Amino acid sequence: MADPILEIRGLSKSFGALKATDDVTLDLRPGEIHALIGPNGAGKSTLIKQVTGEIAPDAGEVRLSGRSLAGIDAAGRARLGMARSFQVSSVAAEFTVMQNVVLAAQGASGVTFRFFRPVMRDEGLAGRARDCIAQAGLSGREAVPAAELAHGERRKLEIAMALALEPRVFLLDEPMAGMGSEGATALGDLLDRLRHRAPILLVEHDMDAVFRLSDRISVLVYGRVVATGTPDEIRGNAEVQRVYLGEEA
Amino acid sequence: MSTILLIEQLLNGLQSGLMLFLMAAGLTLVFGVMGLINLAHGSLYMVGAFACAGVAAATGSFWLGLAASIAAAAAAGAIVEVAVIRRLYARDHLDQVLATFALILIFSEGTRWLYGSFPLYLNVPPSLSGSVTLPGGIQYSLFRLAIIGAGLAVAVGLFLLIGKTRIGVQVRAGEADREMIAALGVDIRRLYTLVFALGAALAGMAGALVGTIQSVQVGMGEPVLILAFVVIVIGGIGSIKGALVGALLVGLTDTMGRVLLPSLFDLFMETSAATSVGAALASMAIYILMALVLVVRPGGLFGARA
Amino acid sequence: MSPVEQIPAAGSEPMAAAPARPSRATLVNAALGLGLLAFGLGAWAMGEVFMVTLATKVAILAIAGAGLNLVLGYGGLVSFGHAAYFGLGGYTAGILAHHALNYTPLFEWPFLFEGTTSMPVIWLTAMVIGALAAAAIGALSLRTTGVYFIMITLAFGQMIFYFAISWPAYGGEDGLPIYVRNGFPGLDTLDPLHFFGLVWAVLMAVLGGIAMLARSRFGLALQAARQNRQRLMAVGIRPGGVLLTAFVISGAITALAGALYADLNRFVSPSMLSWHLSGELLVFLILGGTGRLFAPLAGAGLYIALEHLLGGVSDHWQFFFGLLLLAVVLFARGGVIGFLAGGKRHG
Repeated sequence: MADPILEIRGLSKSFGALKATDDVTLDLRPGEIHALIGPNGAGKSTLIKQVTGEIAPDAGEVRLSGRSLAGIDAAGRARLGMARSFQVSSVAAEFTVMQNVVLAAQGASGVTFRFFRPVMRDEGLAGRARDCIAQAGLSGREAVPAAELAHGERRKLEIAMALALEPRVFLLDEPMAGMGSEGATALGDLLDRLRHRAPILLVEHDMDAVFRLSDRISVLVYGRVVATGTPDEIRGNAEVQRVYLGEEA
Repeated sequence: MSTILLIEQLLNGLQSGLMLFLMAAGLTLVFGVMGLINLAHGSLYMVGAFACAGVAAATGSFWLGLAASIAAAAAAGAIVEVAVIRRLYARDHLDQVLATFALILIFSEGTRWLYGSFPLYLNVPPSLSGSVTLPGGIQYSLFRLAIIGAGLAVAVGLFLLIGKTRIGVQVRAGEADREMIAALGVDIRRLYTLVFALGAALAGMAGALVGTIQSVQVGMGEPVLILAFVVIVIGGIGSIKGALVGALLVGLTDTMGRVLLPSLFDLFMETSAATSVGAALASMAIYILMALVLVVRPGGLFGARA
Repeated sequence: MSPVEQIPAAGSEPMAAAPARPSRATLVNAALGLGLLAFGLGAWAMGEVFMVTLATKVAILAIAGAGLNLVLGYGGLVSFGHAAYFGLGGYTAGILAHHALNYTPLFEWPFLFEGTTSMPVIWLTAMVIGALAAAAIGALSLRTTGVYFIMITLAFGQMIFYFAISWPAYGGEDGLPIYVRNGFPGLDTLDPLHFFGLVWAVLMAVLGGIAMLARSRFGLALQAARQNRQRLMAVGIRPGGVLLTAFVISGAITALAGALYADLNRFVSPSMLSWHLSGELLVFLILGGTGRLFAPLAGAGLYIALEHLLGGVSDHWQFFFGLLLLAVVLFARGGVIGFLAGGKRHG
């Protein structure tokens, strides 16, 4: 089996008496979609934030391609190829689609302190951006301000921005939230293609999508991973059914 | 420098710190509960001072003037809240800054229109004039001593109000979570007007008391407003305790800096140079204090949020 | 949030082949810039020297406002202390001229630093001083956000104000006169028309420079920092460095305006450092239309015109101006340019 690209080892984080993340270990291998599921309040977003560097863990470590990320902040991790989307869409609302994606491409380039040449005429960045917009299925919407996009389009914009970061891993926090079933299916197909660009750690509540798309699923309850396995293994896992799927049914 | 002078200056620092606390308490409550930055708080201080001067001159009674200052500032605060401030809660900080800056122009120029530019002077009430001899043989102004007492009494009252009463519970709930307090069935509009008027009354009272020591004139609230901002940055937004500690720190640093720094430089400089260097540094002392707090604790000494 | 001068659509529409006609905003900008020039020249032709001076004052205040606009309109930072850089620029001009006219050096150690009456040297020095002060104040203030940032920039501005008042060497409270207006090679700066033309050219250069910055990589990141700092981090750009750089450039531009203002009045005093001036610079931007390139010019022009017209009617014009400002903030947030050029606001 190929070496994992992202490794999370023994990660723990407490807020006062609350253990939000309790000794979590999981990994992400090339080409796979690894879904992270669990009831609300299980600590999924807190875990993602420790991986992206927005929150510092109390213990444990995160490694990207074998390199420890300790001491590297969110911007630094993004530049190393950690591309994330947010639970609540987070884009520059007054910018057009094109400007948002060019911004991401600029971030990936690592060069921001240039004061003279117009960035939108920079063919290197613009070409990349157009490419990513096409892959995300937003072609023709380049000049639309992000604030005027429909909800599903804004999720696609987040994916286009993630693509522009030349990602080594995708961390997608509920990309399908709030989408209709048609939109969710289309986005699922898109994720299915993206996994070959970089593996995806997917936090998602849409169980149909999770079981259809994922190669592996980890179940998080009260900050602990109670099971990791293929969709079939997770379906058959008695503890998972008890603590999680049973409650949904 | 004699010990007596030093103690006298310490008392002066305490007195100016407590008056700053009256200003800062209202500002920090309005920040904490309504999320609003109110530059016109200094105008309410001025309104209190002018109301006191006007009523005291008409009736001959300082005490009626003092009561009038509190009533007038509270009324002005309530009117301004209902007419203008209420529309600003949902706006961004820039709009709040500009609208309350406009209020300053209106208040200041309006007051100048009514009273002219010359300062008014208030007389200390006869019962509090003169000085008392403190333990250790220190002569100190009875009125200033009374201000210290009044400031302490208001501070205690405010802590009791916030800590022990229904209104206080609502205010604290409002700081924590605005939606929750609405869900509790509290009339949030009335609560906001009440908090704003309370802050205004404290500012008006401070204006009347300080106006009696110094003078009453247009623009008198502005330097105090900025000092109150420094107090809040040091103490932390929304914290009454922070406002008290910050106000005392600023009052004492400012007063003692002005006395001590020139004499400190006098030790190794010629007197005229020492006086000017010392005075220039003393004018910056509280801002340097603020910068230090920012480096160590960007959220203020008692602040939860940065 | 505030409306923005969007990076032009032509750049963001890859398919747009034909050069677009100038937008309405561009036409309004051109009208404002050329209108000020025409006003100054026309006033000179009619012998209204006072009006030429007034136009010069508008141009200088617009430069100061343009400096503030870079951080406020583009970066979203509400600095309430920009009078500090304006005043420092003014004192730089005053102090350099003072030493030049007295033939005394400012200091001799660690190197000899003499006064000068040459505007280019004064401008450069003023911009360096403004940039240094903005770097120090910005580094501390940018540790915080929101209301704290407003109060802290206000407080540091006030610190410099009180320092100027209590430091007696350069006039203290009384201020410092500049007996002869500083010179510029090839021009007679004492001629109001020459000085106006010079200041107008500087204003256009500053606005052009800001337009260039806004379209650059740096400008894209700066405008993103206003809208969504979390997102900027997530694409690998740290907002702190971007905002501090903008703050430093902003301080330098506002200090340049201060140096010009000192030369206009041939006098510099602590009033240039007062917090009222910081407030007025903010007012220019909201009157003009926050975030728009020419907002400072529109706002400063409107402010000076009102001061002149209302001031002629009533001594208490600021009372009425306060009411007007309140109405603009509460009901007409697009400002003059928003009104003329149409809203470009989203959400």
